[in-house]
Amino acid sequence: MSAEAISENGAKSDFWQGVRLSMPVVVAAAPFGLLFGALAVDNGFSVLEAVLMSAMVYGGASQMVGIELFGQHVAPWLIVLSIFAVNFRHVLYSAGIGRRIAHWPLIQQAVGYFLLTDPQFAVAEHKAEAGETVGFAWYMGLGLPVYVFWVTESALGAMFGKLIPDTHALGIDFLLPIYFLGLVMSFRKRPLWLPVVVASAAASIIAYKTVGSPWHVSIGAVAGVLLAVILPPHHSGVEARP
Amino acid sequence: MSTTLWIIIAGAIATYLTRIGGHLVISRFENIHPRVEAGLNAVPAAVLTTLVAPAALSAGPTEWAALIVAGLVSLRGGLMAMFLAGAAVLILARQFVG
Repeated sequence: MSAEAISENGAKSDFWQGVRLSMPVVVAAAPFGLLFGALAVDNGFSVLEAVLMSAMVYGGASQMVGIELFGQHVAPWLIVLSIFAVNFRHVLYSAGIGRRIAHWPLIQQAVGYFLLTDPQFAVAEHKAEAGETVGFAWYMGLGLPVYVFWVTESALGAMFGKLIPDTHALGIDFLLPIYFLGLVMSFRKRPLWLPVVVASAAASIIAYKTVGSPWHVSIGAVAGVLLAVILPPHHSGVEARP
Repeated sequence: MSTTLWIIIAGAIATYLTRIGGHLVISRFENIHPRVEAGLNAVPAAVLTTLVAPAALSAGPTEWAALIVAGLVSLRGGLMAMFLAGAAVLILARQFVG
């Protein structure tokens, strides 16, 4: 077997390893894809527009906020600003993941950043934390199924949304916090995990009550990150590395 | 071009800017100070916590039960197991409590 064939096989198995890891994400996101499609049509989007928004913005919470404001006939620039505000947390993800994918060609990086969602970041960080290289094939294996299902579910929700039964009884409004708790827990072995979680939780709750949504996310996140920056390095474990 | 389409395109550009923005800023520095690195390492826990805490605070006993069960399962099981356990508790409890 030539070296090229071996590396191609390696990329293939990396891809499928990513696909396997994407499955919990696909399952957790499914109700929201359907719900987004249904709400989008409810608020005056066409099926095509709903699909286009999922395909281009690709950010669940921001899409929900966007169509909600659209339905209330809020000024377009304010809708765009709200989408930006809801997605602002990705700035931190982007800063964090850059270290892991800097060895990719630029065009691959450009694609990688497009797919950078909450779970994509969390799972990729987790892999890097284990000392493994975050490769492009693996990253696409993780991200592409989530993307394809998300867009498809938006279409299905937009076409058949009227059939969705009582969403409260199905718990749809609270599935995401449960899922995000799982992602938070997956980082519990990191240095400073507990202090960061406590600081971010406290700051986000206070900001939620005072400044309001969606800025509580950015404010809470900055509080946790700042704590890690301020605490002496021997707590954060960054100097222990070779 | 319809207003809707304009909103979608502008929203998509704004979103992509948040997804590359942090990297573009950080990559301007040649060496990352250990404290900045400590901050970057804190990003997952810091951001993801803010997506849970306020929602948990404004929820009720049904949701708390789901979070506690999911949190306990996550100590042993994988992401899928913890999510399904939490979702099952939530949906079951809501059939009775509402």
